[in-house]
Amino acid sequence: MKADVPPSGPPLVELKGISKRYGDLLANDGIDLSIEPGEKHALLGENGAGKSTLVKILYGVIEPSAGEIRWDGRPVTIGSPVEARALGLGMVFQHFSLFDELSVAENIAVALSSDWSLSTVREKLGEISRTYGLALDADRAVWTLSAGERQRIEIVRCLLQNPRLLILDEPTSVLTPQEAEHLFTTLDRLSAEGCSILYISHKLEEVRRLCRRATILRAGRVVATIDPRASSAREIAALMVGNAVGEVRSDAPHHPQGEALRVSNLSLPPAGLHGQALRDINLVARAGEIVGIAGVAGNGQSELFAALSGERLADHPDAIAINGKPSGAMGIDARRRLGAAFVPEERLGHSAAPTHRLSENTLISHAATEVSRSGFILMNAAKRVARSIVQSFDVRTPEGDPQARKLSGGNLQKFVIGREIIRKPKLLIVDQPTWGVDAGAARLIRQALVDLAREGSAVVVVSQDLDELFEVADRMAVIHQGTLSPLKPIGEWTKEAVGLKMLGVSQAQGGAHAL
Amino acid sequence: MRFELTPRTNASTMMRVFASVAAFITAFLIAGFVIWLMGRSPIAAFDVYVLQPLSDPWSLQELVVKATPMALIAIGLAYCFRANLWNIGAEGQYVIGAVLGGWLALRTHGSDAGFWVLPLMLLLGVIGGALWGLIPAFLKTRFGVNEILTSLMLVYVAQLILDYLVRGPWRDPKGFNFPQSVTFDPSATLHPIFEGGRVHYGAVFAAIAVLVTAIILGRTLFGYRLKLTGDAPRAARFAGFSSKATTLAVFAISGGLAGLAGILEVSGQIGQLQPSISPGYGFTAITVAFLGRLNPVGILVASLVVALTFIGGESAQIMLKLPLDLTQAFQGILLMCVLAADAMVSYRIRFATRGGGK
Repeated sequence: MKADVPPSGPPLVELKGISKRYGDLLANDGIDLSIEPGEKHALLGENGAGKSTLVKILYGVIEPSAGEIRWDGRPVTIGSPVEARALGLGMVFQHFSLFDELSVAENIAVALSSDWSLSTVREKLGEISRTYGLALDADRAVWTLSAGERQRIEIVRCLLQNPRLLILDEPTSVLTPQEAEHLFTTLDRLSAEGCSILYISHKLEEVRRLCRRATILRAGRVVATIDPRASSAREIAALMVGNAVGEVRSDAPHHPQGEALRVSNLSLPPAGLHGQALRDINLVARAGEIVGIAGVAGNGQSELFAALSGERLADHPDAIAINGKPSGAMGIDARRRLGAAFVPEERLGHSAAPTHRLSENTLISHAATEVSRSGFILMNAAKRVARSIVQSFDVRTPEGDPQARKLSGGNLQKFVIGREIIRKPKLLIVDQPTWGVDAGAARLIRQALVDLAREGSAVVVVSQDLDELFEVADRMAVIHQGTLSPLKPIGEWTKEAVGLKMLGVSQAQGGAHAL
Repeated sequence: MRFELTPRTNASTMMRVFASVAAFITAFLIAGFVIWLMGRSPIAAFDVYVLQPLSDPWSLQELVVKATPMALIAIGLAYCFRANLWNIGAEGQYVIGAVLGGWLALRTHGSDAGFWVLPLMLLLGVIGGALWGLIPAFLKTRFGVNEILTSLMLVYVAQLILDYLVRGPWRDPKGFNFPQSVTFDPSATLHPIFEGGRVHYGAVFAAIAVLVTAIILGRTLFGYRLKLTGDAPRAARFAGFSSKATTLAVFAISGGLAGLAGILEVSGQIGQLQPSISPGYGFTAITVAFLGRLNPVGILVASLVVALTFIGGESAQIMLKLPLDLTQAFQGILLMCVLAADAMVSYRIRFATRGGGK
């Protein structure tokens, strides 16, 4: 299913037989890829498929072990990001590299060479903002900006250097649907002006919206180059994962009963300078159901998670009841002993200690498991638990009991979610369960959440991924600036209504009330 | 030109052992070069610094005597440093341990107090050191004050308290106005393990501390808690470990062990209180803790090595007229070499000649 884009002149970039070897691991294995001027090209693949490695090679961050890069038909060596930028490459990373306390203009100026003065930056910034509709206030401090606005800074930073190829790594993972649409319009416009785009994503819908050609990587090799609009989401996912992907099934009819979690009038002041206050949160999760909480990052999700998990205590014990017991004043261990389990958003550093082995990482939720006895670690038990998580949740590990940081994002996420699910908690609260996780792992995780609920546990899923919530949740609410909307059955929500709620727009024209 | 460190995935135990040996050899070569620059023979210096102390029974005993306080203190510091808490004030905790324990010795001086005096003195030493260590811990947990500054400043406070006591209220009335207390009674004195030997029972305490700490750090949830707190503080909180409780606990433990070292030294070695009761054991123990890689057995070895440099340094001063500062310089060189070797085992160093284009 080769796509037929008629080439006119040499491609802008051509990768030929690019390979990268790390010890025994072949991260890239003879990759061929070409991008025409003005083309929007998608790079699809699971975590660990070699996308990041490939892009880092292209951007001069790492050196390929073999292969050739041609730019405008001439072979080039890209030794560093500085050289990449000089050629005309720009890159917007998944994780922003911005200084929170500096202004927008200052953040842009620090990334540019020294012959840019702050006033030229400001001038140029205004120009680009107007041309591409990327509204940005040059003097705002970055910490006051939304994720979408922060991403605009990164994009403008690239555009200032007149790139001929713009690389975007998972750019919409932190955006609302409306913000994402806005980004696509900008990218369409850039491409119309002749700038090529290399778009890395897990989200098939947006790849279809944006691109005519997509290269799919699996296990370090190119498995196909296709026109994403000519193939179904299912076909593309199958190419990425290597075997047919089923939809998450939630067939069995279910009758939720018994309150596993009740949050009553929970209010908390912001924890720090950039924190979000929680205002009068009310929430009930019953055994057997999945409650979804949608919202744009930074609207109080992490604060809500900290309050529910007990990492931060509530102002009065009755604000939170777990399995009927007032637990607002209980620490996280006591809540675990009541049958609750938690998975925070950050995999490395919060759910898991990066430099610790998986067996040691099972000790993190020790309070409710059998890995310690009277203060002593039962290392054999911990190893056994780690092994059974690895087996039950298809965690792919480079060695028997590796350090957590050696796992790819998707595999580590399977591990930390598996660590909690394997002990069959009565209540599971999980923040961004599939953030930055490949399609295969995301499906497995969602299925595990659904299965857990069907077996009679209550599950609360905080997520920015609306598709995910629509797929798994039974009831859903939206969090915006620390306030939670009422919970409604999933059938009564539309994507537009959720998107508007996420932006805090009152929905006079939303049409979400299907009551 | 710049150079980059990339983590090595396959650092083996053999490599680590080899790197330590290489670090020692490098340190000796650098020190030998410095000695050569000073116009002395590096070979003679090596003989005086290393070979003679190791071949003389009296020096060997002295080695254990000097290593004991450093091992005890460094083992306590390992608890703090593993949890990423920086107790720089062990010297002060050592002094206060000696003061509080010494108080009982002076209180019972001349009385017929029995066998209970010594155990109680040691206990008071532990308590004194622990309380002194808890001050920076409390200030940190309650007000967020940086523990490095407070623990360090409390060293000077402790030293001045001792100074005041031995010049003022606790001065020996028959001591010809020398700033020192009376000599402790036999019931308040720690005896040598062997009749006529130098090594006292303090060494046994150090050995017990090594053993118990090896079990605590390696096998217990508390040990894992410290490691997790140090390596991933958010994960530690997520695991339900309160960082405040951890801070208080490790400062109490390390202060207590430093206090024990202080009272052992006073009752086993010096036999009285005087303005100076430590050649900087509390600070050198920081070096020892890192030379031993915060591992109890490693610390035991490192304390013996550092003790050797102390003893060798003293004889080098006498026999080769080399300044005592050279000993501290050598301890510094050794630490740098070991840390560098450690880094080279954990990371691959890559020199990149391509500069950043302006």
